[in-house]
Amino acid sequence: MQPTIIFASRLAKRYGERVVVDAIDFEVRHGECFGFLGPNGAGKSTTMRMIVGMTPRDSGRLEVLGRDVVPEDPWIAQQLGIVPQENNLDPDLAVRENLEIYGRYFGLTAELRRERIDQLLEFAQLSDRGATPVRILSGGMMRRLVIARALIAQPKMVILDEPTTGLDPQARHLIWQRLAKLKESGVTLLLTTHYMEEAARLCDRLLILNNGRILDQGSPEELIARHVEPEVLEIWSRTGFSSLEVFGDLPGRLERVGDSLYVHGDRLEPVRQRVLERSGYSCLLRPANLEDVFLRLTGHELKE
Amino acid sequence: MLKVMGISLTTHGIFPSRRFVQVWWRHVMVWKKTAPASLAGSLGEPFLYLLGLGYGLGRFVGSIGDMDYMVYVASGILAANSMNTATFEAIYGGFTRMTRQYTFHAMLATPLTVADVVAGEIAWAATHSLISGVAIFIVGLPLGAFSWNMVFVVLAIVAFSGLAFGAMAMVMTAISPSYDFFLYYFTLVTTPMFLFCGVFYPVDSLPVWIQTLVTLMPLTHVVALLRPVANGLMPSDIVIHLAVIACYATASFMAAVALVRRRIIV
Repeated sequence: MQPTIIFASRLAKRYGERVVVDAIDFEVRHGECFGFLGPNGAGKSTTMRMIVGMTPRDSGRLEVLGRDVVPEDPWIAQQLGIVPQENNLDPDLAVRENLEIYGRYFGLTAELRRERIDQLLEFAQLSDRGATPVRILSGGMMRRLVIARALIAQPKMVILDEPTTGLDPQARHLIWQRLAKLKESGVTLLLTTHYMEEAARLCDRLLILNNGRILDQGSPEELIARHVEPEVLEIWSRTGFSSLEVFGDLPGRLERVGDSLYVHGDRLEPVRQRVLERSGYSCLLRPANLEDVFLRLTGHELKE
Repeated sequence: MLKVMGISLTTHGIFPSRRFVQVWWRHVMVWKKTAPASLAGSLGEPFLYLLGLGYGLGRFVGSIGDMDYMVYVASGILAANSMNTATFEAIYGGFTRMTRQYTFHAMLATPLTVADVVAGEIAWAATHSLISGVAIFIVGLPLGAFSWNMVFVVLAIVAFSGLAFGAMAMVMTAISPSYDFFLYYFTLVTTPMFLFCGVFYPVDSLPVWIQTLVTLMPLTHVVALLRPVANGLMPSDIVIHLAVIACYATASFMAAVALVRRRIIV
């Protein structure tokens, strides 16, 4: 088994009476992409902040590369690349200068800075934007620059808090490519997201967090196998919804969400045929995915 | 962990590392982009003050002691400008970087500590005071307001006082909920110092109880040092004046580090 990069045991954080992270355990191993999946307010960002030393923990153990985490530890900061949720590029500086000054914060020599900045601009596909003020970059470019900036000191691990939130699909796919490339090169990734597709595509292992507690953890396939049936048939009426009952007793686990009926089960093709025989209904048969797991575990109610 | 009023006194302490220089350098990089406009302001405003007060008011006042009023007020303006420049930089610049731009957060995601970030801010505030002080000196020379004799001592005092006023302002930045809050500081602290600490007239012309208050304020001591030195003379009570300024600088720096930490590391 690969060595442990992050070790957390009974890790907890509260703000006043509100328990934000409630005694969670997890381990991130070298070279993997580990994902924190959860709705807003689940405690994902707080956990990230504790790992990077921006938030002191209240109790439990937390180690990065075998070292107890305390806030503002320069040694730990030197090992990590941090991509925060809020964009905190330096708006007073241009693209290249942002990387330049970050290299200085990390104590890199002028020679190292020059060499790496060229590589990173290329990695982020910003080579021709070096002199552009960051204020006028697109959202996707800013995100790529933040990721490039996090790599300036060649960290062993990169921590990304919602790396693609708010980006258009093209920009998102480009970021995914870059992260996959990073993982290939042996960098450990830890990311939070509430995009199931992102989690399924990038993460080797996931942890599902809700109200500060871990609901389950494992690989995307394991989680799907453990919590939901292999297939889902979504049925909706094209004429209004008085009568989903017309199907009588469908096999499998039924779930009604808003205007749709979800049938969870195995080998649902015959059921799909039955639905299609009736006029006025549409349906979609698909393999179960992480979103089904997520909704099963956290419920359908809005989390705010 | 030792805590006073919820403020940790031990977490990585209050001592900046050498890396704080990089924070200072960041501010220099940004300043260089707008240097011409910034320098024009630094040259223009004191020039108007010197003309308006030195010549205008000087015509009525004549001289104070054996100092021509132009000479008298020029050193006062040099001191007040050091206070104002450092204060504005640490307050508006610092607050924007801490809240709007999340620049402090970005810095803290690197090996920099809160002490480094705050030290870099204050060092830059003092540097800005120094730049502005040089500008005033250049403007004042042809007006006969300054002497060349101890120019480097003058600039050292200006920079040193910039550290103290920058640190004091950083404390306000750390606790301020909004930009409006700073008006309290201007009204209650810097404007009174500007008007009562000997910038425009001798402190000993004030009622005794006000003199006592004024003696506690840092600008009084900056003026007391700068006025003779800017005219090539040795000041008296040098150690006391320096000690008061140093106390303000040190105490404010410690408080600012603790308060910024309490605000960001949560």
